[in-house]
Amino acid sequence: MSSKTSAKDLVLDPIFNNNPIALQILGICSALAVTTKLSTSLTMSFAVIAVTACSSAAVSLIKDRIPSSIRIIVQMTIIASFVILVDQVLKAYAFQLSKELSVFVGLIITNCIVMGRAEGFAMKNSVSDSFFDGIGNGLGYSIILMVVGFFRELFGSGTLFGFTVFTKQSAGGWYEPNGLMLLSPSAFFIIGIFIWVLRTWKPEQVEEA
Amino acid sequence: MTDLIELFLRSAFVDNLALAYFLGMCTFLAVSKNVKTAIGLGIAVIVVQAITVPVNQLILNLFLKEGSLFLPKYNLEFLSLICFIGVIAAMVQILEMTLDKFFPSLYNTLGIFLPLITVNCAILGGTLFMQQRDYAFVESVVFGVGGGFGWALAIIGLAGIREKLKYSDIPHGLRGLGITFIIVGLMALGFQAFLGI
Repeated sequence: MSSKTSAKDLVLDPIFNNNPIALQILGICSALAVTTKLSTSLTMSFAVIAVTACSSAAVSLIKDRIPSSIRIIVQMTIIASFVILVDQVLKAYAFQLSKELSVFVGLIITNCIVMGRAEGFAMKNSVSDSFFDGIGNGLGYSIILMVVGFFRELFGSGTLFGFTVFTKQSAGGWYEPNGLMLLSPSAFFIIGIFIWVLRTWKPEQVEEA
Repeated sequence: MTDLIELFLRSAFVDNLALAYFLGMCTFLAVSKNVKTAIGLGIAVIVVQAITVPVNQLILNLFLKEGSLFLPKYNLEFLSLICFIGVIAAMVQILEMTLDKFFPSLYNTLGIFLPLITVNCAILGGTLFMQQRDYAFVESVVFGVGGGFGWALAIIGLAGIREKLKYSDIPHGLRGLGITFIIVGLMALGFQAFLGI
């Protein structure tokens, strides 16, 4: 991961080849609870991309001045500051959405993707590389969020971004919403299936358990 | 009293931090390969949760909120995130040192899991839910213990299932992480059934 890898690779690689959720098992924590609707998934995605990119760049900027014994705390503080920033922006400009996201914006702090990239990548690489790596990993996280959000909203309430796609039976249409999709188990199933599809497509990711 | 029992059962089963709110998933999936380590981690989470939630509750109400006891004029709630994470990191560190000094045998079992817990979303999540739902002090203690207990129960259960999973024939692409997600989904379904309590 030296100067040979271009910015494009840094951004695109984590999406399918090295997906933070599907392969590195990072950051699933806060991801799933917000995916009952596409609009919340999208907001969460943007928030995570912004925080990961900015905090990776910031950590990389001061990496030579952080004593290694307290680096975790320093990274934590940097990440927490960016999360507070995002939280305040959301509260100011999209209050309704920030209400729906409730505690999960705050939980970006403990999202292992952010921490993992800061510790694993930004501590060793240049500022711009870290920034693009942050964006890439944020995107890899987002794509899973969007896929899960798409299926859960479509089958759970028959809408996408709040617009009706399948007319519900209660509104005179044909579609009977699947209530299970709005509950937590469905998110696990969808991710499990997503991983299955991804690994059938790219067999080198299969774990030999 | 019945309220508190109800709160305990709710936070342990219906609002299970791991299965209903997806908190602490990273460690949940990574450390659930055998029952023994899962038990160790589960106990560590219960202990840390039971300490940090009430402590953060006190800090929130004594310092940060508008009209708080010590700084009534200022509304410092925007600082709460950074305070909470600081408190959690500090409490984990203190707990680690205390255990090392007074209970070395316990420290040896829990030792490696304690630092991991700082970045466990279940802990911060518990605190943030406490803030959002405005729990009083006693309630926050019950919620902390209950939430930790539920999380521990879930990870021990998952570890038990995964140990047996070695003997089963799973489709190639689904091995490892994929099947784990499906199992967790089924467990979540089971826990949803406690809704009736």
